[in-house]
Amino acid sequence: MASIALGRVEAAAPAYNEDVVRWFTIATMFWGIVGFLVGTYIAFQLAYPVLNLDLEWTTFGRLRPVHTSAVIFAFGGNALMATSLYVVQRTCRTPLFGGPLLATFLFWGYQLFIVLAAVGYVTGITQGREYAEPEWYVDLWLTIVWVVYLIVFFGTILNRKEPHIYVANWFFLAFIVTVAMLHIVNNLAVPVSLLGAKSYSLFAGVQDALTQWWYGHNAVGFFLTAGFLGIMYYFVPKQAERPVYSYRLSIIHFWALIFLYIWAGPHHLHFTALPDWAQVLGMTFSVMLWMPSWGGMINGLMTLSGAWDKLRTDPVLRFLVVSVAFYGMSTFEGPLMSIRQVNALSHYTDWTVGHVHSGALGWVAFVTFGAVYYLVPRLWKVQRLYSLRLVEWHFWIATLGIVLYITAMWVSGIMQGLMWRSYDSLGFLQFSFIETVEAMHPFYVIRAFGGVLFLAGALIMAYNLYRTTKGDIRVEEPMPVGAAARLAPAE
Amino acid sequence: MIDLATSLRELWIVWLVLLFVGIVVWTWWPSRKEKLERHARIPFEDEDRPHAR
Repeated sequence: MASIALGRVEAAAPAYNEDVVRWFTIATMFWGIVGFLVGTYIAFQLAYPVLNLDLEWTTFGRLRPVHTSAVIFAFGGNALMATSLYVVQRTCRTPLFGGPLLATFLFWGYQLFIVLAAVGYVTGITQGREYAEPEWYVDLWLTIVWVVYLIVFFGTILNRKEPHIYVANWFFLAFIVTVAMLHIVNNLAVPVSLLGAKSYSLFAGVQDALTQWWYGHNAVGFFLTAGFLGIMYYFVPKQAERPVYSYRLSIIHFWALIFLYIWAGPHHLHFTALPDWAQVLGMTFSVMLWMPSWGGMINGLMTLSGAWDKLRTDPVLRFLVVSVAFYGMSTFEGPLMSIRQVNALSHYTDWTVGHVHSGALGWVAFVTFGAVYYLVPRLWKVQRLYSLRLVEWHFWIATLGIVLYITAMWVSGIMQGLMWRSYDSLGFLQFSFIETVEAMHPFYVIRAFGGVLFLAGALIMAYNLYRTTKGDIRVEEPMPVGAAARLAPAE
Repeated sequence: MIDLATSLRELWIVWLVLLFVGIVVWTWWPSRKEKLERHARIPFEDEDRPHAR
């Protein structure tokens, strides 16, 4: 007992590096709003092409990677760095390896990567590989930054005072290591000249396509899933104030996910030059992914068992829990869409776009919002959030935005797919391409409006967090008190 | 020897499945239950101060 007590005294020493976590948290909010704004703008471009402004820099083709990179790598990446560096210190009960110097380099190095990539997109410098658009010089810079990230994170684990490595750190580590591998292999390229931006991929033809989608799908699997599951395994238990439902299930969840995800990429290349056996392999592994995905979802949701009333009283917990529900929903939809016969209808349509956004807005963004709402009062050492009512507003506005977005894309996508495959009695295509575009217009407008709502929610959040950091507390009707809190003794 | 190694490699999926089954058995082995489930408490052991909310 004495040693445990000693360990706690040690942990109480404020040696954790929280400066870098604060910077990454600010960057998360900043890039999140930039990414949502650009996304909303290009959603309006699709509905009203005049918004291209007839300028090369503001065409959809150039702004679209700005949106995807801003939300995935800038918003998501900064959120992962903020949370992983916070969690690894707390659960290993030791400060960051490498001290403030490495952490500061990591922060500014990563922001430089984002800016270099975005400037390239707008000025037309791109590899044309989805989610891997930055050219070779940006790729090299990111490699250096990423290795520093690995050193900081893994060094902290090696220095740990806690003998066991908590499961959230397994997910974070898998994310960091796998993304390094994916990034390096997919970006193997030969620059045309040392001072020029242009390069050519080392691979050609179908090998190139498969390498790209091996990267692309595992960016989903390890960046947007494994990393954010690390967030779930720490912040859901902390906010619910109860340990994860089953630690053993979390171990199985981890290994099942790791074993299966890496094979799922070929489902992006159904009915292409990729050999049929590889397509079926990708489909089979994608369908098998149902099991670990739902295992993880059950583990996250059941953590609340016995405390479900907190969902009514704690909007921060609601963000986290609803994110896990969205995770379950989009990982149900994904395997379904990877089945070749379903994919024949869904591929290249808006259904895919809707699917991605139910995962990105519902799962990735919501779990991030929950974690950031948890972090900010603690990082800025203030009593509590400025306003829980504003969190409530954010939650409902953003949820409504997601519902508008994904339902519009379901209808639009399935309609688009059905129109493409309609033949008349003579065997001619029944609709021209432009007729399908025209039919989708109302849904594009609805989708853009969903984006406006999601962006508005994020602006409310930014305001709420800004006031929180000032130590302000809004005068408002308090949230209803739950059964658990009523039973707890007064402090 | 090389022939043997090649034919064993071709069965890679069998070895991976066996490895995974091993992980499952190890994790769910009844005598490990208490020790493993205790790890779930790790996030709650760093409370440096009772947080006023």
